[in-house]
Amino acid sequence: MSTIEDRVKKIVVEQLGVSEDTVTLEASFVDDLGADSLDTVELVMLLEEEFDTEIPDDEAEKINTVQAAVDYIKANVEGA
Amino acid sequence: MKNRVVVTGLGMLSPVGNSVEASWAAILAGKSGVAPIDAFDTEALTTKFSASVKGFDVESVMPKKEARKFDAFIQYGIAASVEAINDSGIEVTEENSHRIGVCIASGLGGMETIEANHQALLNRGPRRVSPFLIPGSIINMVAGQLSIMYGLRGPNISIVTACTTGVHNIGHAARMIAYGDADAMIAGGSEMATTPLVISGFNSAKALSTRNDDPTAASRPWDKDRDGFVLGDGAGVVVLESLESAQARGAKIYAELTGFGMSGDAYHMTSPPEDGAGAALAMQNAVNDAGKNLESIHYLNAHGTSTPTGDIAETRAVKNLFGQFAKDIRVSSTKSMTGHLLGAAGSVEAIFTILALRDQVAPPTINLDNPDDECDLNYVPHTAQEAKIENALCNSFGFGGTNGSLLFSEFNG
Repeated sequence: MSTIEDRVKKIVVEQLGVSEDTVTLEASFVDDLGADSLDTVELVMLLEEEFDTEIPDDEAEKINTVQAAVDYIKANVEGA
Repeated sequence: MKNRVVVTGLGMLSPVGNSVEASWAAILAGKSGVAPIDAFDTEALTTKFSASVKGFDVESVMPKKEARKFDAFIQYGIAASVEAINDSGIEVTEENSHRIGVCIASGLGGMETIEANHQALLNRGPRRVSPFLIPGSIINMVAGQLSIMYGLRGPNISIVTACTTGVHNIGHAARMIAYGDADAMIAGGSEMATTPLVISGFNSAKALSTRNDDPTAASRPWDKDRDGFVLGDGAGVVVLESLESAQARGAKIYAELTGFGMSGDAYHMTSPPEDGAGAALAMQNAVNDAGKNLESIHYLNAHGTSTPTGDIAETRAVKNLFGQFAKDIRVSSTKSMTGHLLGAAGSVEAIFTILALRDQVAPPTINLDNPDDECDLNYVPHTAQEAKIENALCNSFGFGGTNGSLLFSEFNG
């Protein structure tokens, strides 16, 4: 079973078309990985799907890094 | 004083080839691009074939990560544009970027993307609709994305007129150069509409051929046994340039765009008037715009969709306009091979018209085995005909009764 971190990283690598080694916990989707505002919306949608949850818009806006995504899921998704 | 407009670059993705020269070779050889649809289940559809693009590799023009955001019609339009720009040799610089624009559209836009997202909405709710639904399917995004890719800061526009889209975009792009709004324009049309929804809609309107047992014989303009058009996909894009700009950089000149004519049928949503008056008016306006004599027009790439009424109306239009010269003109429908590319039809066919001038050869109309009694022009049946071609017309007519005709001429300095 992959860890939450691995699952988040996998989505980021696939959706943003970036190499695995650039997707560190601290990497900012926009500043470091080349995402634009639409990419980040889609990324959140894919996280919702992967972890079978709904992320409210005001929370989604704060998910700007892999670490932020992992933290949100750990805190809000049961059984993830 | 109008600027003269010449063609300096060509690009194409078509059902018969993934480049201009591959497509043209197939057209001159009379090869059909029609085949059974394998992209989705056609079990319940009345028509089960199309003239689709084959083996297109989007990564030849953009990374997969980017491509995923764009409907296929946008990818096709970009691919044809890249070929045309490369072919023209034009270089976009800080000095000229504001003088180069884009005028490319589609008849229907990103139908495949719209259908997929609507499915997601119905099945899984509004939160599953992609943020790229709108920007990835709107009709002006070929023009938009191309300007972003190349830094083109001139006019950026998309003219949507159903099946006349390609012709109108090229015609108006030429006017922008003639008027002085730009020195060069990337112009044309793109379409990827072979989707279950679009085919169902055209089937309900009784517009498509249903010759499922023999798809390559389905598009048969002017033939007695024609039963509708064949839906096609692809893109055609030309680089138009002021003569001054083309000569200043020593560009290769394919032809001069000497005339553009438009008209409206004022008749019916989907049918032309029986006498083809709107078609004749568009051709007349193009010929007048160019200041040419009717007898100097030697080739017509017809709209010729293979529908029962349209083919007769266009034939009558040619006879009414050209009178005693009508039988001298070679009139062919390359849709017999490519099917009907809707918004891309006019631009793909404009390119075939330009190449007919370049190579002095009229491409054939295939499948014309038994001409309709009312269809008695020289439709160049089955095989291409070498001919002296000084001026050549290209017609497109669209739903709503919107007509356009382009006149290309040999460039003689």
